[in-house]
Amino acid sequence: MKVIVDQNKCVASGQCVLATPEVFDQREEDGIVVLLTETPPEHLADDVRQAAALCPAQAIWVEEQEKKE
Amino acid sequence: MNTTSAPGTDAPSADLPDYPMTRAAGCPFDPPPALYTLQAQAPISRVRLWDGSTPWLVTRYEDQRALLADPRISADSTHPHYPHPGPGQKERRTQSRAFIAMDDPEHARLRRMATAAFAIKHVEALRPAIQKIVDGLIDAMLAGPKPVDFVQAFALPVPSLVICELLGVPYADHDFFQSNSKTLTKRTITREQARAATQRLVDYLDGMIGDKLAHPAHDLLSTLAERVRAGELSRHEAANTGVLLLTAGHETTANMIALGTLTLLQHPDQLTRLRESRDPQLVASAVEELLRYLNIVHSGRRRVALEDIEIGGVTIRAGDGVILANDIGNRDPAAFPDPDRLDVGRNPRHHVAFGFGVHQCLGQPLARVELQAVYSTLYRRIPTLQVAVDLDDIPFKHDGLVYGVYELPITW
Repeated sequence: MKVIVDQNKCVASGQCVLATPEVFDQREEDGIVVLLTETPPEHLADDVRQAAALCPAQAIWVEEQEKKE
Repeated sequence: MNTTSAPGTDAPSADLPDYPMTRAAGCPFDPPPALYTLQAQAPISRVRLWDGSTPWLVTRYEDQRALLADPRISADSTHPHYPHPGPGQKERRTQSRAFIAMDDPEHARLRRMATAAFAIKHVEALRPAIQKIVDGLIDAMLAGPKPVDFVQAFALPVPSLVICELLGVPYADHDFFQSNSKTLTKRTITREQARAATQRLVDYLDGMIGDKLAHPAHDLLSTLAERVRAGELSRHEAANTGVLLLTAGHETTANMIALGTLTLLQHPDQLTRLRESRDPQLVASAVEELLRYLNIVHSGRRRVALEDIEIGGVTIRAGDGVILANDIGNRDPAAFPDPDRLDVGRNPRHHVAFGFGVHQCLGQPLARVELQAVYSTLYRRIPTLQVAVDLDDIPFKHDGLVYGVYELPITW
């Protein structure tokens, strides 16, 4: 999966950091989202999807990539 | 078919239900029965307010999330059709307007000046200090007489001490700011009461900003004062932000502590499960479940439509008031299976107790840590905790913007 964040839309609710601290962090000066990795490992996929669903500002997108068989 | 609404007309039928509605006798933890009926039969329909206005009431979870996240919906409390909860609340929101009552870009500019202090890492760093406050208040309560009013002895001091520390407000002033914010969180206050209490708090926070300009410290008000000094924030804006953070910072969490405790005492199986677990994830889940189940912000999130919006088979017209009743949204069976059952293990992280959209609660990480510290400590330290009066004799905040109890006599 590929993760995209929009720092302009972010309202610093912290929902994504609570859901997946391995993938999301917050800027020191204003709590705005910082993406730690664009391509999180598979075992974090559900948590990242939850982060995107919980984001109140809809500032997180997940692009699902087809698995290679 | 939606029979109670008249989309797009200025003359809705005369038999609209009044909002807010009344809870059923003997069911103080459940939303009013009329909200269940509306959610099932007319999930977006008009209601009548105190001033005769007829905004839309939205009762389903998905519709609430969609509208709260919709940029065509405004939170501007100065809009002529904004559906205020009462005359005093209208006065208050006009006199001291913080960013929760503004739209972007002003909202984002002002909110971002306060967000750093509520970032997850910053709040986690406060956890030991919060735990110490909780432990100390339990010690004091156990050493004192019983029965005791749990609200005054514990539920209110916990968040008041925490927010004072975070903002840099002296806790010695707690009688002053607690009594004024208690006034302001009553839905039924008059214009005069609202004006006086608001002015006292604005003057107080303005004075605090002045102190921080002269003597900066490591606290949030000093951060705002620095922005004032830099010319990025007016002193009036800084004071209004301070009033918002101080009042929202203790009223809401205090009500969750007192009402949450009463709820658990009424659900002994859930209380036992929570008390006997050593799993921090169960504690975190219990916090989310009590937030969902109680949804103490029970007067609805209030908005106004800036453009026509088609949703759920109705057309909300530009200029129509809109109220999102998150209390019943959090009991929507489409989002939460068996929604009226309290289940501390269900971890309903997608609840809307903190709202949704760009105005979702700024202080939620702090509230979570405070509630986790309380719920994981109190019932273990005082396993025989019990209410000292009958449920019928407990004064619930039916007239509050935020629900809770005015008093909760407890013993052990």
